[in-house]
Amino acid sequence: MGSFSIFPPRASAGAAEVDALYGFLLFVGIGMTLLIFFFVFVFAIKYRRKSPEDRPKAIHGSIPLEIAWSVIPFLIMLVMFGWGTKLYFQNYSPPTRDTLDIYITGKQWMWKIQYPGGQREINELHVPTGRAVKLTLASEDVIHSFYIPAFRLKHDVVPGSYQTYWFEPTKPGRYHIFCAEYCGTNHSRMIGWVTVMDPVRYQTWLSGGNTSESMAELGERVFEQYGCVTCHVLDQQGRVPSLRNVFGKPVQLDNGQTVLADESYIRESILNPNAKIVKGYHRDIMPVFQGQIGEESLLQLIVYIKSLSAPANEVSK
Amino acid sequence: MASHDLALQHPPELKHHFDDAGQQRESSILGMWAFLATEILFFGGMFCAYTIYRSLYHEAFASTSHFMNVTIGGINTAVLICSSLTMALAVRAAQLGQKKPLIWLLILTLILGCVFLGLKAVEYHEKWVDHHIPGPGFHYADARYAQQAQILFYLYFAMTGLHAVHMIVGAGLLITLIVMAARNRFSTAWYTPVDMIGLYWHFVDIVWIFLFPLLYLIGHTK
Amino acid sequence: MSTTLPHPELGVQTNYLNADYGWKSWLFTTDHKRIALLYLFSITAFFFVGGAFAVAMRVNLLSPNGIFAHDTYNKLFTMHGVIMVFFFLVPSIPATLGNFLIPPMIGARDLAFPRINLLSWYIYIVGGVMALTAIVRGGVDTGWTFYAPFSSTYSNTHVILAAMGVFVAGFSSILTGLNFIITIHTMRCPGMYWSRLPLFVWGHYATALIQVLATPVLAITIFLLCLERVLQAGIFDPNLGGDPVLFQHLFWFYSHPAVYIMILPGMAVISELVACFSRKAIFGYGFVAFSSVAIAVLGFLVWGHHLFVAGQSMYASMVFSFISFLVAVPSAIKVFNWTATMYQGSVSYDTPMLYAFGFIGLFTIGGLTGLFLATMAIDVHVTDTYFVIAHFHYVMVGGMVMAYLGGIHFWFPKITGRLYPEVWAKFAALVIFVGFNLTFFPQFILGYLGMPRRYATYAEEFHLLNVMSTAGASILGIGYLIPMIYLAWAWRHGPISPQNPWHAKGLEWEQSPTPPPTFNFIEPPVMTEPAYNYSGAEEEVELG
Repeated sequence: MGSFSIFPPRASAGAAEVDALYGFLLFVGIGMTLLIFFFVFVFAIKYRRKSPEDRPKAIHGSIPLEIAWSVIPFLIMLVMFGWGTKLYFQNYSPPTRDTLDIYITGKQWMWKIQYPGGQREINELHVPTGRAVKLTLASEDVIHSFYIPAFRLKHDVVPGSYQTYWFEPTKPGRYHIFCAEYCGTNHSRMIGWVTVMDPVRYQTWLSGGNTSESMAELGERVFEQYGCVTCHVLDQQGRVPSLRNVFGKPVQLDNGQTVLADESYIRESILNPNAKIVKGYHRDIMPVFQGQIGEESLLQLIVYIKSLSAPANEVSK
Repeated sequence: MASHDLALQHPPELKHHFDDAGQQRESSILGMWAFLATEILFFGGMFCAYTIYRSLYHEAFASTSHFMNVTIGGINTAVLICSSLTMALAVRAAQLGQKKPLIWLLILTLILGCVFLGLKAVEYHEKWVDHHIPGPGFHYADARYAQQAQILFYLYFAMTGLHAVHMIVGAGLLITLIVMAARNRFSTAWYTPVDMIGLYWHFVDIVWIFLFPLLYLIGHTK
Repeated sequence: MSTTLPHPELGVQTNYLNADYGWKSWLFTTDHKRIALLYLFSITAFFFVGGAFAVAMRVNLLSPNGIFAHDTYNKLFTMHGVIMVFFFLVPSIPATLGNFLIPPMIGARDLAFPRINLLSWYIYIVGGVMALTAIVRGGVDTGWTFYAPFSSTYSNTHVILAAMGVFVAGFSSILTGLNFIITIHTMRCPGMYWSRLPLFVWGHYATALIQVLATPVLAITIFLLCLERVLQAGIFDPNLGGDPVLFQHLFWFYSHPAVYIMILPGMAVISELVACFSRKAIFGYGFVAFSSVAIAVLGFLVWGHHLFVAGQSMYASMVFSFISFLVAVPSAIKVFNWTATMYQGSVSYDTPMLYAFGFIGLFTIGGLTGLFLATMAIDVHVTDTYFVIAHFHYVMVGGMVMAYLGGIHFWFPKITGRLYPEVWAKFAALVIFVGFNLTFFPQFILGYLGMPRRYATYAEEFHLLNVMSTAGASILGIGYLIPMIYLAWAWRHGPISPQNPWHAKGLEWEQSPTPPPTFNFIEPPVMTEPAYNYSGAEEEVELG
């Protein structure tokens, strides 16, 4: 038979790191298993019962031995802990600049992918090699999970909040996307493909799409459609905060707290405006949009608001 | 097991699997304490949910706090504390073998418990009239907090409702004690059920002592 | 209920089985041993119901496109989990072997609260009937974990009935645990100091602590879920301001300690088996006893490792990961101590010891794969895949069920007064061991390759490993049927057992007749030596 491996395809640098850690754990695990099996086997045979009158001498214990076989495994576990923690933080902390941001909305039972340039796909994700790709995940109904085995990454997609993770693809190819949190009847059909392409072919693919508006432009239309533009007139300070250069910056609230204006903050400000009030402004002015704007439109709005900020958080491409 | 002679002498309430009355009593009391520990964890889950949502939605909480009837809540608190007093006195009466005071104190405790439940029913009725019972009929005047208020009222009813269920069970246990006392089952040698149900009653009281300030007293603004 | 002392006559001894006849003497019994048998039969029945669902699942997974409708498959895995976790694993050893053996092991005539013991069985049956009703009326499809908002808002199945069945059964578990704690505290016979308790008792004590403290949180979680399903107030629904992750925290706060409820009794049995069949005191008795309690305590602090990818803060995840590694240490201590017990011992290969060997090997593998899951970056890849399924089946089935079978065989003579056929028993143990590994080892590989769990259909490249797993499952299924047959046969027709066929130490073997009379002992027992005093040392040995 061909190339059977216990590893799925490895399509990112991160995947290779996870595999290395797994290899270490396999080494320790198999080693420990063989050690135990060995001793049990040897003792069972060497000390097998020779006669029904056998009366072995009691050996009640050995504190040095207990300490040794508690401390040494624990130290090995500390290595596992440290290494695993480092990789975990790395994979769930996207770089703050220069990421290709793609927006994924899950619903029973499909994935809707939106690209900053306005392209949309169902159950298909296209990404280039050599670029940090950041996924923002939203759900329209129940909890799902966006799982790409080739990158060794998943995160639950939780309704009511945004979750993110990132990766840098290295190997062109087509890899599985699976929903990995049970979500009802067609959970096992909520699957798709991620296609990794080298940058040149990726550009070609992007421009071959049939979109006329980028996500930011779509978001601007939503902004007008829901009347946001009535109050949030750009470059004018008034009863409401201006949205120019807000995204990605710290915001001071009226209760003294400071928060970062990220995707989640913008989302909450739209759906539940009174949750956090910017210092110097009043509550109960902005209407509550909970239940009125779909997840995809919300993402478009957010991309639009992102586009109103300085180039460090540029969106297009 | 004790010899056959001794078996004839043991007190009627001593169960056969115990060595002596002391062991039986110790088991019963320890058993009730262990059961109360489970009750703490039982209510604890809801207190946890309450804490989380209260801190998330503190403004909605302040708004709903105006609809908590502090007067009824306060009277109920006093009623329950008194009932704990009468219960403690009942246990003491049982210890001293005083049958009549025991029965009267138990009846008094029961009456106070029923007063509590009656006032609770009045409160719940108020909430019904105000359309504050979560479900299809829920309606909250201040539209800003309607959604969050429903969650908070849901927790209110879950917590006070579960407490009320425990009170009703306690009332049933008190009736059992009254009947047992009337039939001369208790004596200075054995009054363990009074002791145990006393513990249970005090526990239900303490849960209320926590519920009252958390649900009724704090969070009032303006 | 007869209270007379048994009077041994020539050839006919009154014991708990023949002390009284008729269905009333069984259904209204307060004898802990009869209650243990009531539990034994009902738990076995549920095991086969849950097993039937497993068979159906594995048949479905023979083909990448599945055989059943998706909704059907979703109900199959849900009901398999609900039945196996709540109606088989949680009660199994405590309610059967624990109920039967704890009083004689500590020199008591019964548990502290015999009527509450009977009540706990009836509560278990009510809960079981509710769950079975949910199945018969069409099933539940939320997974045994009942995650919101799917279970509170979207599922169209009998969620409330099934969940309330679990709620009710939880009280059975609480009452059993309560009974054990009080009994062990107050009813030890003279000379039975804590330091002389069999490790079986220590293990059940630790289990009982968890049962009593963790189960109420599950009860309240289910209560809130069912209330939410009726009222739709929004506590777990983000569209109404609620938080779905709150459900997960509340649920796992019980369900992680629950897995220790499931494994600690198994470890408790293994300690007894290894000591007896090495004819030697357990090495490091104090450490093994302490480890049981340490596992119980630490087990309450690790629930967040089920939420590494759920939206939990990275820093919280870090803390949970660290403590999860910590809780592995006492488990490892036990495995090392059992192994060391065999050193310079006198090891025999009777069936219970074969199951103990199987446990040690398979629990080691299962426990080590737990470390993979505690390692956060690995967990991100393998959580919600077949890797997790393989992990918990290794500890639960390769560990716990093997310990259960080992214990059933070990104490079979004590319970029935007869001997089982050793050759068939060894054969079955072998078949189970082989079948088990063939079923579940491929699933580790499937998991790392990326096959998600709870999938009715799967990608083509997972086909071969799934076929292997199903083939193994058919062997495992046969392996479980064989003991059913010979144990039932032996109960009726097996040779009469001597008082102590294994020459084991322990009050239940040495001072209580086989089978025991209703009140366990003829003379009041006294404990005059340390536990597992196989070497026959006269003086009490200082334990460090």
